[in-house]
Amino acid sequence: MDQFTINLLFVGGSFALYFGIAFWARAGSTKEFYVAGGGVHPVLNGMATAADWMSAASFISMAGLIAAGGYANSTYLMGWTGGYVLLAMLLAPYLRKFGKFTVPDFIGDRFYSNTARLVAVACLIIASVTYVIGQMTGAGVAFSRFLEVDNNTGLMIAAVVVFFYAVLGGMKGITYTQVAQYVVLIIAYTIPAVFISLQLTDTFIPAIGLFSNHTESGIPLLQKLDEVVRELGFRDYTADVDNKLNMVLFTLSLMIGTAGLPHVIIRFFTVPKVADARWSAGWALVFIALLYLTAPAVASMARLNLLTTIYPSGPTAAPIEYAERPDWVQTWETTGLIKFDDKNGDGRVQFYNDVPAFKDEATARGWAGNELTVNGDILVLANPEIANLPGWVVGLIAAGGLAAALSTAAGLLLAISSAISHDLIKGSINPNISDKGELRVARISMFVAIVVATYLGMNPPGFAAQVVALAFGIAAASIFPALMMGIFSKRVNSTGAIAGMLAGLISTLVYIFLFLGWFFVPGTASFANTPDNWWFGVSPLSFGAIGAVINFVVAFTVSSMTAPPPKEIQDLVESVRYPQGAGGAVDH
Amino acid sequence: MSDHNINAEKYWQANLRLILGSLVVWALASYGCAILLRPMLSGIMIGGADLGFWFAQQGSILVFIVLTFFYAWRMNKLDEEFGLQE
Repeated sequence: MDQFTINLLFVGGSFALYFGIAFWARAGSTKEFYVAGGGVHPVLNGMATAADWMSAASFISMAGLIAAGGYANSTYLMGWTGGYVLLAMLLAPYLRKFGKFTVPDFIGDRFYSNTARLVAVACLIIASVTYVIGQMTGAGVAFSRFLEVDNNTGLMIAAVVVFFYAVLGGMKGITYTQVAQYVVLIIAYTIPAVFISLQLTDTFIPAIGLFSNHTESGIPLLQKLDEVVRELGFRDYTADVDNKLNMVLFTLSLMIGTAGLPHVIIRFFTVPKVADARWSAGWALVFIALLYLTAPAVASMARLNLLTTIYPSGPTAAPIEYAERPDWVQTWETTGLIKFDDKNGDGRVQFYNDVPAFKDEATARGWAGNELTVNGDILVLANPEIANLPGWVVGLIAAGGLAAALSTAAGLLLAISSAISHDLIKGSINPNISDKGELRVARISMFVAIVVATYLGMNPPGFAAQVVALAFGIAAASIFPALMMGIFSKRVNSTGAIAGMLAGLISTLVYIFLFLGWFFVPGTASFANTPDNWWFGVSPLSFGAIGAVINFVVAFTVSSMTAPPPKEIQDLVESVRYPQGAGGAVDH
Repeated sequence: MSDHNINAEKYWQANLRLILGSLVVWALASYGCAILLRPMLSGIMIGGADLGFWFAQQGSILVFIVLTFFYAWRMNKLDEEFGLQE
């Protein structure tokens, strides 16, 4: 059987499974459509949350980022897990107690203002749409690479698949499909990692292999990696970071942003009780950690494997001849994600860090510049081929990458459609709409959201790389502080909350636009995006945390100068704080 | 103020103390050991790297898991102690 057939079998088989589940768990009411009827077991919800959360970025790109940056990019590992601690303690249980369907629902009710609700809807839609474009693009790339169709055809297939199970099943269908998708993606991620860990360190568990001895040289793996990269002019893999302020703020922005992303928060509305919401956050973190503890091992081992492939006799000896490059390099060259340019014309592949500090040594070795560019995204996808694993593992990776992209896309689409049908149509435009009518509107708005996302995926607005920063920045600076203040302060009123959200949102957008271009139009950036230009060394990606602080300060200041919220709102705050139906405040 | 309100107030204060304590550990593991205090911990080696590197790539995630489960267990018990469980 050839590789194409194997990939087709794995991807087709996993899709058949998702369709089957979606048909079995189709939604009949708005409660089932928005929150799966509120009856999902906390462990299953944890698994679904993990699949919802781990996107194409976590599955495909994260290991590549860590491989390239080493210690400095540990920020992604901590930032994308630490947010769940905040979610578990500061948001999830109370919002579950509140017991409604969406994030703007809470903001609108707590701040007794339709304006607050609409600001929240706007933040949610901007954050989720930008995020979903990345997922659709990722799914399109995976389809085109593994099923050998062109990119747009791949995207269309992805859209049709998501359409069927998300529109039919709503949150109920999405939840149980995500459980299956989690199983597929974690197996696909782990199996190649285990084989590579065994090959390099004789250790079965990759996370332990990372801190074990490299079998061939007998010294610790990380020490070996440091030595190899140093010989080629790169920074040590484990080297410390100079700009610690930026590292702290970036990690904090990712954490707050994670806790404020609506598609993650609404997953905690699906469990039966407040106590379950607390457990469920823990389980979500366990299932996420299974991948996140493996990712740094995959990163360092793939980096070492790559360098050993290029320099089979060590970094101080001559690199391989281009004619003798392995098959997987040839496969990925056709996708353009690996590029070779024989600058000194010796037929060999020089791969090193072309920086001024390394110039003399490179010249002494007769090198005329770095000749190989490797896109970090291929590390996970090419892992099975690099380690010479059988064809079915490649098929598995294809199914896993698609599971990661589609599960996240479905979760985001649900968050968008519920914001439109529930908060915009029912909450503002037509409050008397029937349950059946609302369900129909929810399905139609999801269909529209899929069409828009697919269109934008085919015609990316030119800021694909920056959208993640935007989504996290908005969630961190606007949604998270508003939710937290709504629960932990009885004093913050509607004027304060609206002013705070707008101040956080606008300051974050302005800082991002200053360096990345106004509305991301190329060439309109006010400053070049380099560390020298950043204010106090804070990168645009790290500004979400500062935006959140601005939000808090403005909200408290404005609230203290205006009238406190009415009595029934203070009672509402009391009631979300206590798990029991009859909260303290209603019991006079 | 009725007994119930005093009881509920105590429950909320206990929750706030628990959150504060947990967040101190949360910050110490990630911003502390993994980033700011890393140079101070550089003497402690673990499998070819220093303790700060381990915290940045694995330790902090393990601490986060323990924290969320500890919080869930402790709060669910508090709910029962105060008779506020569902």
